[in-house]
Formats: sequence, structure tokens, C-alpha cells
Amino acid sequence: MAAAAADSGRWFAALSLGVSLLKCLFISAYHSTDFEVHRNWLAITHSLPVSRWYHENTSEWTLDYPPLFAWFELGLSHVARHFDRNMLLVENLNYAGPSTVLFQRLSVVFTDLVFVFAARECCRCVQEQKGSRDVLTRPPFVLAVLLLGNFGLLIVDHVHFQYNGFLFGFLLLSVAKHLQSRHLQGALLFSILLNLKHIYLYVAPAYGVYLLRSYCFTQDNTDGSVRWRSFSPLRLVALGSIVASVCALSFGPFIMMGQLPQVLSRLFPFKRGLCHAYWAPNIWALYNVLDKALATLGVRLKLLEETQLPRASMTGGLVQEFQHSLLPSVSPAVTLVCTLLAILPAVASIWWRPRGARGFLRCLLLCALGSFMFGWHVHEKAILLAILPLSILAVESREDAGIFLVLTTTGHYSLFPLLFTPAELPIKVVLMLIYTVYSFTALKNLHSSRGSVLRPLEVVYLLGLVAVAFACEVIFPLSPWQQKLPFLPLLTTSVYCSVGVFYSFLRLYVSLLRPEEKPKQP
Amino acid sequence: MQTWSLVSICVLLGVVVRWGVSLNSYSGAARPPMFGDYEAQRHWQEVTYNLPLQEWYFNTTDNDLNYWGLDYPPLTAYHSWICAFIANKINPEWVELHTSRGYESPAHKLFMRATVLVADLLIYIPAVVLYCFYLTDGSAKKKVSTLFCFLLYPGLILIDFGHFQYNGVSHGFALWGVVALGLGWDVFGSMAFCLALNYKQMELYHALPFFCYLLGKCVKLGLMGRGLSLLVRIAVSVLVTFALCWLPFLSDPGQASQVVRRIFPVARGLFEDKVANTWCSLNVLIKIRSIVSRDSQLYLSLACTLLAVLPSSIRLLTKPTFWQFKLALANSSLAFFLFSYQVHEKSILLAALPVCLLLNDLPLMAIWFLQASTFSMLPLFLKDGLLVPYVVTSLAFLFFSIYLLSALEHCTEEQLRLGAYHKLFFCLPKMDLACVLRWKFYISIAVMAGLSVASVALVPPPHLPDLFPVLVSATAFTHFLGTFIYFNIVQFSGPPARKNQKKNN
Repeated sequence: MAAAAADSGRWFAALSLGVSLLKCLFISAYHSTDFEVHRNWLAITHSLPVSRWYHENTSEWTLDYPPLFAWFELGLSHVARHFDRNMLLVENLNYAGPSTVLFQRLSVVFTDLVFVFAARECCRCVQEQKGSRDVLTRPPFVLAVLLLGNFGLLIVDHVHFQYNGFLFGFLLLSVAKHLQSRHLQGALLFSILLNLKHIYLYVAPAYGVYLLRSYCFTQDNTDGSVRWRSFSPLRLVALGSIVASVCALSFGPFIMMGQLPQVLSRLFPFKRGLCHAYWAPNIWALYNVLDKALATLGVRLKLLEETQLPRASMTGGLVQEFQHSLLPSVSPAVTLVCTLLAILPAVASIWWRPRGARGFLRCLLLCALGSFMFGWHVHEKAILLAILPLSILAVESREDAGIFLVLTTTGHYSLFPLLFTPAELPIKVVLMLIYTVYSFTALKNLHSSRGSVLRPLEVVYLLGLVAVAFACEVIFPLSPWQQKLPFLPLLTTSVYCSVGVFYSFLRLYVSLLRPEEKPKQP
Repeated sequence: MQTWSLVSICVLLGVVVRWGVSLNSYSGAARPPMFGDYEAQRHWQEVTYNLPLQEWYFNTTDNDLNYWGLDYPPLTAYHSWICAFIANKINPEWVELHTSRGYESPAHKLFMRATVLVADLLIYIPAVVLYCFYLTDGSAKKKVSTLFCFLLYPGLILIDFGHFQYNGVSHGFALWGVVALGLGWDVFGSMAFCLALNYKQMELYHALPFFCYLLGKCVKLGLMGRGLSLLVRIAVSVLVTFALCWLPFLSDPGQASQVVRRIFPVARGLFEDKVANTWCSLNVLIKIRSIVSRDSQLYLSLACTLLAVLPSSIRLLTKPTFWQFKLALANSSLAFFLFSYQVHEKSILLAALPVCLLLNDLPLMAIWFLQASTFSMLPLFLKDGLLVPYVVTSLAFLFFSIYLLSALEHCTEEQLRLGAYHKLFFCLPKMDLACVLRWKFYISIAVMAGLSVASVALVPPPHLPDLFPVLVSATAFTHFLGTFIYFNIVQFSGPPARKNQKKNN
């Protein structure tokens, strides 16, 4: 047993070293404006007093993450000092000297160690069906590759530039702690995460209900419903004090200075449009296209006057504000209601019939996907919030593996427009190919004893995705439509992908709500 | 896991590493007036595309041979022409005569990098895959590991995709030759090797083993019967391949002789810059170039090279097996590198190719040598701004090759074939040579790492500006010499014990 543990330590170390070195190869690759965003935050936190952090607006990229992340940037800036002091000047906009690039890139690679550690913990929680001698075909190994080599994280963090690996590290670590029944640690990690980036509020309902139901109530009735008398106030106080103290640490100074409204207005800017510049593959992409199709149809059938339609709608995808022509416009409140309605059954289900930590994980995924499908101004990158935790389930059951393959393939493909520079084209295509080839063969191999992973219709859908990719990337640029309809590939991509994401969302719901399987006959 | 998926993942990883390196700078970027190898390749495209073939190798008003004149054999020129043809379709400015000199732009860099990748994908990588699958022993997993390490060899990646050259083409053809010979397709193999020779004259480093192996095989088959017919077939195929490559230049004897003069520039001197070979290392002690005349230098180096190549060639001639062939390839290319005339630091890649072939048989020694060969080009990489990819790829190669090929676990004296050393040094006290060797390996890696850090971080004293390059080349030289002796000894000891190896796997 000890030998096996030592062996697993070696392959995991080798894998994480390999992936980290691969990340370092992209140091001189293209980086997006997010690079400047983070440089600016380094400068703000380093050279301004705390009271100015959320007021500073020399750069258009103002600090819009919660305070704990600002503290994190302050810590980084003390290392950055030794690389290049010029990046720490607020007025040095768009500064990207070689040592600045090196520092920023390396900071992502090194903070990713949190993610590596979290992946290690997740691999320890995986249930193994049978002991296979070959490391390559064991679930922990497959999970480690799926997490560490995740295509989305690689391109979003190490080419596009963001600190998602670091943040997802906290999320996965907290999930792993829940799987190991260390709920207080899990709660602590999640509250740290929330104070680092508030986008994780999307999955907070799952955490709240799960902790309340399965941690604060210590016993269930025989039929699985809640036994009200078993409520433990002590546990609730412990949980509450953990969350409150983390929040106090992060927001405290700003509350003391009376800046809370200012901070909150930076954190939740509702001035942005329904959809991000490039449409994430969600319900609103379908809604927009339906609107467009109806308008075009109306004009063709002479039911509508073309001059009466709002102008900007033709350039859909290229402007922030999208004006609907026929269908009612969508307000933030509507998306909020839709999102809540979408996640309500999942949350209710783990209240009425808790299914342990794995049920919680499923609920978390549904919250992530529900808010991705219906949320306001969703970024395509948010799909990673569902893909990464789903990897854990995918190595354990055949059905989840099928959902995982559909969701990752469509979700990852929808990230393609993030890297639009020709020099990075081979990187995104080849990395995607590696990840897809690996995830398909490894998961198929893992679940081979229990029939095929994908259903025929899913295979057809995924083959269609290949066709769409080929049409968008190769045929379209050569066709005459290139001039007339420049947004068509993006539109097709997000519409086609949104079908797959929505399908995965529904299938996950089915797997959560379906009555529990009978124990297997001996 | 199916083998095909592992193989495709390895190949794709190889591609992504290559492309990752190619995002970095290239030789002579933004350094007028001469720029570097990148500009040389671009200039050849310009010349071959715009001038008639008769002028390619001649100094004319339109073709200044002093500015990166074409000095590679015809296949390189044809390759340049093809690239130029495509370049002209994309953007004629890239290859316009005269005005395009020193042309640099991100789009052009992308195009040039893509041409290297395409050449690699078409010629080099398939040959590596074939070699690892048909000509190495062991389980499928072991073969995949060998493939991964072979594809990840940093020296070739850094020179082709960082510094900028097309070594993948000539190496690929040579490797196709090796694979074909290993599979018994002698005629096809000799043709492939002729293509390699006609792409880069430096492939001559490998020519002797090819010749000796084929000749030895013919002799073994009987020079009166099947051997003769094989010999005739090989000779004809070689002649035909050469004739086809040189066809446009054969009409005029002046043309051909001018090409030959361009390809073998005797006037350039014994060595340039800091090369980790014998002459340059001796130069630290004796200023050879000032003592001996240029002609004598040429003869001296020729004699030394022949002397160094002779043992392994004769051994191969008498025992033409594939194992001997691989070792002879390594020995011959190392002998040429160490002793021949006008050696570049990049020529160590020619020795690295056959050593890559031995990754599966003698993992520790092969990895050690490959690492040293990458290290020997450090001054070049620093000049080109390739420090980060050098560090990353070297670390990755060193770690993964040792881990995947379990190089440090399978190293008993027998597996390292150190038996012969005991016989040679019988006067010395008995000790565990494998252990000694392992320690030497650790120390050497530490020295290489230390010198790499020093070259980057320290400023040399003003009276010794070349201190670090000289130290690097001297260190590398001792490694190369040691490997040369070792491979010769292995070649003269018995063939590998196959059964024994399989048991250990």
C-alpha cells in the first residue's frame, strides 16, 4: 500500500511538472487586455493607499474583484518589485516589458500550484471500482490528466491571461474537503474563494443549502426527510463565524472607511449588456437568434417595415448592447428570476433528499450551468465552472462521462474565439485535439465494461460540431459571405454550442432528480 | 488506453512544444545589416524565386554571394523555391528581389515558422514514429515513451523552431534511410539517404556508416551472387537519385563545379566561433591556427577524422548488423564533429540524431549526451534570446526521459555495457563502475546547470570576455569525447543480450 502511494506520488509529480513546463512555453504568446487589467491592479494595490483602491480610475480597467483578491495582488506586487518596478506605476498604462511579461506569466504558473494541490486531493477522493495494475487506466490518473491538462484553463490562463487556475484550486479543494466530510474546511475555503472572485456566488446556493441541511442537521428520518429536532446550533454558529470572519477580513477595512457602497458598485456593474461581446453559448444566444430570424422572416413576408427595426441588431455579436426587434427585451431582473427558477429544483432536491457529497456536487454543477444558461452578461469562460467539477463525476460513472464529453467538447470549442490571433491558432487547435483525444479514449476505456459512453445522437451532434468548426475556420474565410456577414461564424458557433450545453444541463438534472437506484442484486 | 491514441497525443504534444518554441525570437531578429539564419533562408527564397537556376550559385549583379549566398546542395534550393512560390502567393513583398532584404514582420515570421513545421510534419515526425514502432524492442508503452523522448529532444527543436533552420528535413531523410535499412529495404534506404545528402552536405557525417553497412551486407550475401545484384541495385539507385537532384546543373560542367565549390568552402578556416570540438578546445592551450598553415590544417583534420572513423567503420564492415550500424552512425558523426574541418556548433545535431536512436538501448548514456549537446549550443541560444525555451525544454527532456525510460534504475554495469572498461583498466582497483558513472552523471548535470546560470547571471571579467562560452564549449567537449570513446568501446564489445533485456522490462 505504501509502495502504491509512493508510486502515485511520482506519476502525479511528473504530470504536474510536465504541465507546468508546458505552460511556461506560452510566456511569449499573445495575451489579452486582461494582462493589462492585472498589471493595473498590481500598480493600484502597490502604490496607492487602501482607501483609494476602489476609487482609482486612471485606467479603464478599474479594480472590480472583491477585496481579498486586491490583497492577493498586493502580495504579488511585492515580488513584482524585484522584476521590474515600472509595472507598478499606475500611470504606466499598457506597459508590457519583457520582465513584466515574465513575472506575470510566472505568477500564473506558480499560483496554479493551488490548483495542482486541489487536483491531488480530488484524485484521492475518487472511488475505484476495481484495482487495475496499469497506472494509465486507473481513475485517479485519468482525473489528474483531465484536471491538470484542462484545455480551457490552459488557454484562458496561460495564453489569454487570467488567474482562474488559482481560483478553481480553492473551489476544487473545497469540493474535495466536502467529499472527505471535512465540512468546516470546505466552508472556509469556499468563503475565501467568494472573497477572491464573486462570480462564484453562482454556486453559493448549493453550498448554503447543503451545509445547512447535511451539516447543521445531524440526522435524517428513515424516509430521508429532515429531522427538525436534530438541528445543531453549535454547528451553525461555527459555520457562521467562519464565513463572517473571512468576510470581515476582506471587507472589514472598507466597511470601516465607509466605502462599502463604492466597493459594491464596482463589483456589480449592471450597466453591461445582456450578452458579452461574443455570445456565450447560452439561452440568450438562442433567444437573440430567434429574434433575428423572426425579424428577417417578417421583412421577407412584408409583415414588417425594415426601416422600423432598430439598427444595431444586424451587427449582433459585435456591439455590447443588443436591441431586440420583435421579442421583448430582457432586463437583469428577468435573467435573475430565470436563473433562480433554473436552479431552484436542484437546490430543493438536495434539501428534500440529500444524497451526500456527490449529490451536492451535482447540485453545484447545476447551479453553475443554470446561471451560465440564464445569467446576465455571461462570459464564455464561465463554462469552466461546470467542466472542472464535472471531471470528478465523469471518472466515476459512465453516464456522467457521457455528459462530460458533450459538455467539454462544446464548452471548450466555444472558447476558440478567445484566441483569434493566427500565431496562436495551432496552439488552440492542437491542445484541443490532445484534450479531446485523451478524454474520449480514456473515459471510454475506463467505462468500457459497462457499454458505450456516448449515445448515437450525441455522436451525431459532436460530429456536427466538427463540421461546424471546419466550416467556420476554413470554408467561411474563403467564401464571399466573409464581407457581408462577418459575424456569422461566431453566431453559428455559439448557437450550435448552446444546444449542447443546454442538453448537458437537462441530462444532469435528470440524473439528480431521478429516484435513487435500487441496491444491486447480489 | 489504445496505443494509437497515446501515439497521437505524443505527436501532438511534440507539435505544440515546437510551436510554443517558435513563438520566441529567431536568429538575427532586428539586427541589420547581416541579420541571421532566418534572413539567410528568406534570402534564398528571394534568390531562387527571382533568378534563373543558372545564377543561383554564381556571384552576379543580382546575386551577391557575400550576402548569405546559397551554400547548400540543390535540394535546399528547390525547397526554398517552393516556399518562395507560396510566399509570393501570400505577399509578394516577402520575396521581392533586392527590396525584400532584411524583411521582417509578424506575418512573415508566422509563414516561415509554418514552413518549418510543415516540413517537420511531413518528413521528420513520421520517420521517428516508424522507427520507434518497428525498430525498438519492448512493450507498446515503452515504445511510446521512447517516441515521446525522441520527439522532445530540445537541441533540434530549439535550432529549427527557435534559431531557425530546416534540419528536420535532412535529419528526416537520413532517418527514413535508417528506418528503411532497418526494415531491409536497402534500395529505398539508400535513396532516402541520398536525398538527405543533397539537402545538406553535412549529412556526410553519416555517409560512411551507410556505405559500410550496405557494402558489408553485400559482401556477407556473397559478392558473386545475391550480394552483387544488391550492390548493383543500390549503386544504380544512388546514381539515379543524385542525377535527378543535380539534373538542372549537369548540362554545364562549370555549373556543377561552382555548386561543389560553394558547398565545400575550404577557405573558411579550421573552425569558427566557439565549437566544442578538438581544435577549438586545443586552441585554448595551443594557438593552432597561427602555427600550422591553412593547407596543413586541412590535411591534419582530414587525417585525424579518418583515423577516428576507421575503427568503427571497419567493425561495421565486418559485422553489418543494425545494432552496429546505429553505433557506427553515432561514432562516425562524433568523429567528424570532433576532428573535421570547419565545424559549426549546430553540427552536433548530426551526432544527436543517431544517439536518439539509442535512447531505448542505452538510456542513461543517450540522455546524458543529448543533454550535453543541447547545453553546448547555449551561447547561441543566449544570442538569439531563447533562454526561456532552452530552460523549459531542457528540464522537460531531462526529467521525462529519465522518468519514462527509467534511466537511473536500469543501470547495472551489464546494462551500461561497462564490462570492457574493466578489461581496459585492469590495473585500477575493482569498483562498481555503474555507481561511478551515475555520480559522474549527477555532477555533470550540476556543472551544466551551474554554467548555464553563470552565463546568464554573471558578467565575465573584462580581460576574459569569452570566459563562459569557452567554459561551455570545453565542458561540452569533454562530454563528447567521453561519449565517443564509450560508444566505440560498446561497438567493439558484444551485441546486446536481447533476452536479458526483455526480462528486465
